[in-house]
Amino acid sequence: MDAILLQIINGLDKGSAYALIALGLTLIFGTLGVVNFAHGALFMLGAFVTVAFNKLVSLQKVTLSETEKTAWGTPLEINSPYVQEWFGDFGLVVLEYSVPFSLLIAVPFMLLIGLVMERGLIKHFYKRPHAEQILVTFGLAIVAQEIIKAWFGANPIPQPAPGAMAGMMDIGSALGMDAGNVVYPVWRFIYFLFAAVVIGAVFSFLQFTTFGLVVRAGMADRETVGLLGINIDRRFTLMFGLAAVVAGIAGVMYTPILSPDYHLGMDFLVLSFVVVVVGGMGSLSGAVAAGFLLGILQSFASMNEVKEIFPGIDQIIIYLVAVVILLTRPRGLFGRKGVMEE
Amino acid sequence: MTKDFKLDFSRRGLLKAGAASGLVAASPAFFMRNAWAEDFRNNPGNAGEVKLGFNVPQTGPYSEEGKDELRAFKLAVKHLNGEGDGGMLNTFKPSSLKGNGILGKKVTFATGDTQTKSDAARASAKRMIEKDGAIMITGGSSSGVAIAVQGLCQEAGVIFMAGLTHSNDTTGKDKKANGFRHFFNTEMSGAALAPVLEANYGKDRNAYHLTADYTWGWSQEGSIKTYTENLGWNTVNAVRTPLGAGDFSQYITPVLNSGADVLVLNHYGRDMVNSLTQAVQFGLRDKSVNGKDFTIIVPLYSRLMAQGAGENVKGIFGSTNWHWSLQDEGSKAFVRSFGAKYGFPPSQAAHTTYCQALLYADAAQRAGTFNPCGVAEALEGFEFDGLGNGKTLYRKEDHQCFKKVLVVKGNENPTSKFDILKVVDEVPAEKVTYAVDHPDFAGGSLGKCNPGA
Repeated sequence: MDAILLQIINGLDKGSAYALIALGLTLIFGTLGVVNFAHGALFMLGAFVTVAFNKLVSLQKVTLSETEKTAWGTPLEINSPYVQEWFGDFGLVVLEYSVPFSLLIAVPFMLLIGLVMERGLIKHFYKRPHAEQILVTFGLAIVAQEIIKAWFGANPIPQPAPGAMAGMMDIGSALGMDAGNVVYPVWRFIYFLFAAVVIGAVFSFLQFTTFGLVVRAGMADRETVGLLGINIDRRFTLMFGLAAVVAGIAGVMYTPILSPDYHLGMDFLVLSFVVVVVGGMGSLSGAVAAGFLLGILQSFASMNEVKEIFPGIDQIIIYLVAVVILLTRPRGLFGRKGVMEE
Repeated sequence: MTKDFKLDFSRRGLLKAGAASGLVAASPAFFMRNAWAEDFRNNPGNAGEVKLGFNVPQTGPYSEEGKDELRAFKLAVKHLNGEGDGGMLNTFKPSSLKGNGILGKKVTFATGDTQTKSDAARASAKRMIEKDGAIMITGGSSSGVAIAVQGLCQEAGVIFMAGLTHSNDTTGKDKKANGFRHFFNTEMSGAALAPVLEANYGKDRNAYHLTADYTWGWSQEGSIKTYTENLGWNTVNAVRTPLGAGDFSQYITPVLNSGADVLVLNHYGRDMVNSLTQAVQFGLRDKSVNGKDFTIIVPLYSRLMAQGAGENVKGIFGSTNWHWSLQDEGSKAFVRSFGAKYGFPPSQAAHTTYCQALLYADAAQRAGTFNPCGVAEALEGFEFDGLGNGKTLYRKEDHQCFKKVLVVKGNENPTSKFDILKVVDEVPAEKVTYAVDHPDFAGGSLGKCNPGA
């Protein structure tokens, strides 16, 4: 029972990341009709906003020791962070909470990246076949990851969670079970809550604002909305920016869970596409539901009891589910008629 | 009276004549030391230069190690050609290297990118052999790649001096006559770690293995299981994880309530960084099971990779081939030379590849030829010192180096960003030497040396 509960929680946590990336992916596909293979790269870029911010606030004032030397004979460097020298205790707080603080930079940065990407490249491929869109966006993803590798190197760069959020929480005792049996890292739980808030905010934005109403109308019938004199292209461009922001901040908050490296985006890309296909192309609620569903199934498939019956199932479960769903419901769980069927 | 000339065509006579003429024909070779046919792949002949092929991961997940290997190779080339401070050329003994290249020829090099992929590594090695005329291939940072390139070099007829490869198979079932490994292996890691684990954690432990699902992972899991079970430890479970899984949380959560009090991470590189970081996040290092403190072990450490795991490595035991903090003359000379040129200390990957370049050069010098069969013969059974690992033997039977192995621990109080690992034991070569017919190394044979012509 404890093991099952742990895997459900773990699946929800994994599903949070899948759902956030798939949400942005679907948002772009649903509005612009573009299959964006660079979406994983946006998740990775968000993570590296945190790395860059952390490097910035960790900049050290270097003084050379007059007495001590390194093993290769040069004077030993003594470091102290500038941020502490300039801002005192507040500087140390910024250093400690660099991951949440970097959200403040990630939002405008990712919005800018999204807008530049859409205006500078993607818009030229709207009327091209999906295969060409995939090629150009995949190429863009490779360029982005090579730039990151050139700047930050190939090794993972750890980003610790703030000390107060780095421990474990006893979920079991909160549910009336024996203490210590179902424990889970606090930051992973925060990530789940964060994902729920972001997903809720995106849905509310689309559901309860005039801007969202127009976007939804445009997704349903772009031509008619255009005929009404509404500049739907500008709104869709902003939606691309919003999708980039969602992917970026998902990447920011994921850094304490997975030390970011240049390849981070590719790890999630294929999985996220499977999530979108299982959820139904163009369906936002489908993307979210499929994200959590596949996260939980992947966690269960990794249980030793399951693997004893089906060896290797953990490595294929996602694709197996995708095959079954596509055979039984070709449009995915929440797919709409007409999407990618012309 | 004249005596008639008579030809003796008896069988005995013919045999005698044959043996005599064979002896006469072969006599120059008996009296010429190291007389090898000069017909071999990429024979430099009378050229003033000789080219070595450095095949390292310049892109892909192990590219940081590849870059460090390349730095070390370039340094080795400088030292071989008599430039710079000479590094370990000054401490390596016995050595016939004079700082005037190899056999009087200036050393040059070609580079290839393995991308940490077997097919790409074979393609780049092939290109260096066929197009660039490389006389020897060296480098690499993965056992899968090393085994693939070693096979290619055997077929092509050039020497392969393996870089960072830790799987038993490289000098076990996949060993080749043209291939040589300076780096240690999983069997040696197990032998070196076991006494330290026993001293620190006792004989009554329950271990849970998470293992990268490829040749090196299986090899390490096997070795560590054997040695810990010999101590009396119980293996609760050994779970294979896909290479590059990223998030290992679904594999770590079952550990929490499994009854295990030790987690062995048979992961390397990015997988090690991620699985270790996540295991610590899940509170395993602070957990108490069966009345004992839970502990994590990383049998193969890399300082470059450990940097990625940050503070999570603190207090965690593992093994390593070499560490820059060693205080023998060879290590100090290498660290001084490398540090002065690049501004930071060398990694174990850099060390092993630097040693391999020097060992190859010295063997060719001693053999008096670049013929792979002559070089191989010079390396086989060669005993040396002064390269940072103490007295070392290149064993003839399997082309594996036997030398001391370091047991390290994540440093609790690092003094710099390079001071991540602390050497807790230098296990002498005798303790990690295994029999030639060890079952974990069975199933292959060196075969015959191939000169490629």
